[in-house]
Formats: sequence, C-alpha cells, structure tokens
Amino acid sequence: MGQIIEYIKSYLDSNQTPGAAGNMFWAFVYIVLVFLGLSVAVIAMNWLERKILAHMQVRLGPMRVGPHGLLQPIADAIKLLLKEDIMPAEADPLVFWMAPLLVVLAAFTVFVVVPFGPTHAITDMNIGILFMLGVSSLSVLGVVMAGWASNSHYPLIGALRSSAQMVSYEVAMGLAVVSAILMTSLNAEGTGTLSMIGIVQAQQAQGEWFIFKFFPLGLIAFFIFAVAMVAETNRAPFDLPEAESELTAGFHTEYSGFRWSLFFLAEYSAMIAVSSIAVTLWLGGWLRPFSTWLSGSTWDLFFSLFPGITFLFLAGMCFYSTAHMPKHPYFRIQTVGLAGFGAVLGLIGLLLFFPLVRDRVGDIYWFSVKVAGFMYLYIWYRGTFPRYRFDQLMKVGWKILLPMGLGVLILTASVALLQQKIWHP
Amino acid sequence: MTDPNALSPLDLETPEKPFLDANELVINMGPQHPATHGVLRVILRLDGEKVLGLECVIGYLHRGVEKIGENRTYAMFNPYVDRMDYVAAVSNGLGYCEAVEKLLNVEAPPRAQYVRVILTELNRLTSHQLWLGTHALDIGAITPLFYTFRDREEILKIFEKYCGARLTTHAFRIGGLQYETYSGFEQEVKNFLNFFRPKIDEYEELLTTNRIWVERTKKVGVISGADCIALGVTGPVLRASGVKWDLRKAQPYSVYSKFDFEIPTGQNGDTYDRYLVRMAEMRQSVRIIEQAVEAIPEGPIMAKVPKVIKPPVGEIYHSIEAPKGELGYFIVSDGSTQPYRVRVRPPSFVNLQALDVMCRGAMVADVVAVIGTLDIVLGEVDR
Repeated sequence: MGQIIEYIKSYLDSNQTPGAAGNMFWAFVYIVLVFLGLSVAVIAMNWLERKILAHMQVRLGPMRVGPHGLLQPIADAIKLLLKEDIMPAEADPLVFWMAPLLVVLAAFTVFVVVPFGPTHAITDMNIGILFMLGVSSLSVLGVVMAGWASNSHYPLIGALRSSAQMVSYEVAMGLAVVSAILMTSLNAEGTGTLSMIGIVQAQQAQGEWFIFKFFPLGLIAFFIFAVAMVAETNRAPFDLPEAESELTAGFHTEYSGFRWSLFFLAEYSAMIAVSSIAVTLWLGGWLRPFSTWLSGSTWDLFFSLFPGITFLFLAGMCFYSTAHMPKHPYFRIQTVGLAGFGAVLGLIGLLLFFPLVRDRVGDIYWFSVKVAGFMYLYIWYRGTFPRYRFDQLMKVGWKILLPMGLGVLILTASVALLQQKIWHP
Repeated sequence: MTDPNALSPLDLETPEKPFLDANELVINMGPQHPATHGVLRVILRLDGEKVLGLECVIGYLHRGVEKIGENRTYAMFNPYVDRMDYVAAVSNGLGYCEAVEKLLNVEAPPRAQYVRVILTELNRLTSHQLWLGTHALDIGAITPLFYTFRDREEILKIFEKYCGARLTTHAFRIGGLQYETYSGFEQEVKNFLNFFRPKIDEYEELLTTNRIWVERTKKVGVISGADCIALGVTGPVLRASGVKWDLRKAQPYSVYSKFDFEIPTGQNGDTYDRYLVRMAEMRQSVRIIEQAVEAIPEGPIMAKVPKVIKPPVGEIYHSIEAPKGELGYFIVSDGSTQPYRVRVRPPSFVNLQALDVMCRGAMVADVVAVIGTLDIVLGEVDR
C-alpha cells in the first residue's frame, strides 16, 4: 500500500509530464481529465456555436431548454442516444460500424501530446507534432469509409470531396508547420525540436511567439495554417464534404443517432485539436501574453488573476441575465437554475484566486483562451462566408497556399541562416 | 455525350453495365432535397463532379389550378391564383383581376390602380428578398436569409394590416379593391421605405464584393439573350442576359406608365449578373412605391362591376411583369358565370426549361446555384 502511495506521490515532485515520468497512474488521471475536459468543451462549443451564430443572424438561438438554452446540448445528446439506430440495408455493416469509431479515435488520440502547460500534458513525445498531424489525418480514412460503406450516392460524393480536400490541404499545412519548426532551431546549439512542449519552450527561450518571428514570415505561415486547418476540419467555407444544400449531409447522410453523434463529436474535437496545434506553434502555447514586454513579479501577479476574473465575469453575466429573466412563475426554476449556475461559476472564480491554484492553472487558462479564440473564428467564418466550389477549393489549396507555403519555408530558412551566420555569428 | 452543349433530348436510360462502372453516376436530386426549393426532382448525370446533363421531373405539387378555374365563378377563382406563386401572391392576383377586367371591358378606378401598384411592388420586394435569402443559403451563406426575413416581416405586416393575410393575400377584387386603405397606410409605407433603403446596402455589403460569392456566381449558369428568347425565359434572367424587356415598360399595364423608373440589365447572363439585376430591381421598386404613395388620388376604389360576373363571349390574354418574369392569363369566356378555360403562363415553369442549358458542363454545386438564381416556385411550376 505504502509503495503505491509512494508511486503516486513520486510524480508530484518530478517536473515532467506523467508520460515522460513513466507514471501510469497519473497518466491515466490525465487521460480521464483531458477526455472529460474535451467532452465538456464540445458540449459548450455546441451551445456557444448556436448562440453566437444566432446572435450574428439577428435571432436568439436556443431559449427553451434551460435558461438561455443552457441545457439544450444535453437534451440533444439524450435525443441522439435514444434514437433508433438505422443502418441501410445495402450498407457494408462492418465498415459502416467502424467508420465513426475510427474518426472519433483519431480525433481524441491526438490530445495525448497537446501541451496545456509545461507539465500539463499526458505525455511529451519527441515527435509530438508529427504524431498529431499523422493521427489527425487518419480521420480522412474514416470519412472515406463512411462514404463508401453507406452505398449511397451523396455520401460517396461527399467522401470523394473530403479525401481530395484533406489530402490537398495537408500539403500546405505541412509546409507551414515545417517553417515553424525551423524556427525552433534558432538557439545556441542549433538543434530544433518536434516535441510540442519543446516548441513552446523554444518560443519562451527566444522571447517571441513564432507568429511575430521574422515579421511577416511567421504571420504568413500562421495564415496558411489557419486557412488549411479550416479546410482540414471540413468547416465553412470549406464544408463541401457535408455541403447541406448540395449533398444533403455529405458523408454522414446515412448515419443517425449515436453514430452520427460520434461524427459530430469528432468534428468538434478535431477543431479543438488543430486549433491547439496552431496555438502551440505560433501563439506561444501556454505562455501568457506580453511575457517579455510586461515582465516582473507585479505583472506576473496581474496576469495570474485573469482566470479568476474570467470566471467572475461569466458569473456576473449569469447574474445579470437572472435579473432580466421574465418574472412569470413559470420561469422560476429557470431563474433559480441560472442563478445557481452563476454561483458555481463565481465559486470557481474565487477558488482560482488562491495562490496555490492560481499558479497551477495559469498555463492551462492561457492555452484554453487562445484555443477558444480560434473556436470563435470558426463560428464567425460560418456566419459570414458562402461555400467554395470544389474546383475553386482545389485551386486555393494547390495554386495559392502551396506556393505560398514553399516561399515562406525558403524565406524563413534563408533569413534564419543569415541571422545565424552574418548578423549574430 | 459528344457535345455537352447541344440541346438534344437526354438519353437517361443507362444500359446494363457491370458493377463498379466508373463512367457515369445518375443521381436523383429531390424531390426531397434542401436546395430544390420545394419538390423539384432533378435527375443528374454526373461524371465525377461534372454535370453531363440533367432532366427536371415536375408535377409533385400539381393541384389542377387551371381545371379548378373551369368549375368556379370568376370571383371565386380569384383566391386560387394566390396559391400558384405563393411568394408573390399579390402579383398573381393583379394579373388575374386585370385579365378579367379586360374581358369585362371595365377599368379599375385610379385610386385602386395606385394601391394595386404599391402592393404589387411591395410584393416584388418580398419575392426578391426570399430569393436572395434562399439563393445565398444554397451557396452556403446562411446569414443573409435571416436579414432578408427580418425585413420581409415589415412588408408582411403592411399586407396583414391591409387585408388580413400575410402570404396568400387575395388583396384585389375584379374591378378594383374590396377594402379601402387603413388610416396611416401611406405613412407606414413611407416609413418602411426609409427603413428598407439602407437594408439593401446591408445585403450587398455581405455579398456583392465577397470574394467567395463572386467566384461562386461569376460565369456560372451562363445563358445568352438569344437562348433566353428561344426558350421563352423572361424576367430578371432575361434582363441579366442583356435584353431590356420588362412588361411594365414594354406594354404598360395598370398605371405603370406614370412612374419614372429604369430597367436594370446585365451583360454576361451569369448568376452574378442576375444577382445584381435583382438587387437593382429592388431599388427600382422602392422608387416606384415612393412615387405612387405620394400620388394616390382620392376617389372610389371599385369600378361598376355587376354582382354576378358574366363576361361576353370571347377570349383574352393579359400578361404582367411578375417578380419572376412574364405572368400571363389566357381566359376563354363562353358567356356563362364560369370561365370556359383558364390557361396560366407561369414564369417559373418556362424559366425552368433553361436549367439544362445552363447546367451542362458545370459542377454539382453550380446546379444548386442555378436553381436558386432561376428563382422558381414549385407551386407555380406545377400549378
């Protein structure tokens, strides 16, 4: 028994990720935490997307289930789980069954290496970024399988579009990633890293996020990635594989109920995954903003208060809405529920002010905030842009993004070489 | 398919081919499909994403409106015409009432004519708003739909206040109007125009210079003016191909000759030009309403029409410029209380013929864009 406690305790002193420390217990705890956090994030994203999109479109969005529709995602989840599981008679049962599982597996597995903080990751792989790109591109296999197994025309066209699209955009995406990885080698030893944690630490050591590095080269590489990642996740304006007005629902036309919800889950967790890559590579991962410009312990303290303030702000919004709920007795439960939700958020906020907690969650907070910014962008795109046509999509991928990516890569390498050999030999 | 642009009847009978044949894919788009604007069924023949040819199957919404007309009195048939193009019910009513009035040889009094023009042009706005919203939605932009519906609501409120109905209004009667305008009608229309003018700019801001929108609509579904005339295509589709033909100017009916307005035309006959033409038409409609509402004369709203309408033996063809094109009514009277024959020339039905010409060689996504830009209403196509 004591040995086990010792085993559990031993990790707390080591300043490493549980995977790197080889501690299975903590690795398991982290996996559970990441999985739960991701599920909550997908649920929250579901609600937020509907609400934000609705407000962009001069409507209210869900308002019925729970106060301001807060329980709508849960109601939807229950509905999907209770739905009849339909498999088309002509479908290939095994492939049809495997496709959503594969997509979900690919979408969740990548989170093994996502660094929420210097020690807050399940593991630190020395090929982390390669692992992430590789595993996340497995999901295209699931999409193709889904389209093929459905044995129906619309899913087939959707799957064809999807495979072509994902493969094309991965090229440009890869080039952008390489140019960021190149920047990690700009240190005294001249050795770069593929480890996700290492990439952020390189940005910390160089005192500059890679988006601002060699301005505007870092920015262009980031832009290429930001476009390619939207295409990679099949979201508007690149949502051709599931283009509703053309292909009804694309590759998941024949899916319903729980299987469909797996695709949904995978789509949103893939969005979070690619956003995490972008944040890690260009936006300094868990680093707080202005860490070189506004340095010093006072500023550290100031920025460490942000998590608590955010939650208190959310709580304040809840209380504000509570005060503006309809006064009719029918709304009593909803009003109380909203106030209770606000109280929980407020308590979490207060908890986050304690120094012990504050120092532990700071990095997770900044990482999540940056990812959340990307999620907002996704919703914004969806509310603004029409959909690309297939040939135009290919044109953007191969004729614009790919040459741009190559150019940025070459320029980055040249500038880095010049900097190392000539300016600061 | 040797020449994809040739206007030959489609050979849709595919011979027996082995499984996994990689040449052609025949897809049924519709009748239940989000982008076919109702129950249109399009049989697409595809080579990958490329459209080799298509055929429209219509009739899913056939209600026999023309036959019903033969079994109803002239006044009783009036509400039925609203159900054809339910998006522009007022225009349908105007065409029918004017046709019967011509047959009876009466003319609606000036006040009724002006109110008719105001309501018809307001209805043109609602029709174009609905077209814009659904067309943009088909191309993937979801937001314009909600903007247009928000503003369409204001027009429907005016309709509702005037005649009690919002969609199938039955606003006009043979010989004039049944209802006098409500008090404050003019002011409300003026208020709406002031509210609506900047909204057109708002729609345009979202789309006109949007790179993706321009790429998706330019050079898509091109049809030449000569082809339009050969196929009988009318309305904004014809005008976008460079033919300046608007019945409001070409053979003015009602009091349209008294107003100062322009006929917007395009040059390229592509989806983008049709979009621009319709947007410009909205502005022109606003202009017409503005002039009409300033000049509504006082006077009676009903001409002297007998209680039982029995037109003399004869036939009449009367056509008006509905939002979607030329809407014509051919009515044959045998001197009884019921028409001997009512034939409707619906713009949507005729315009739909052009779908095949416009889509050959295009991509699947273009088919959806072209269906949207033709602005068809299946209630009118099938009648």
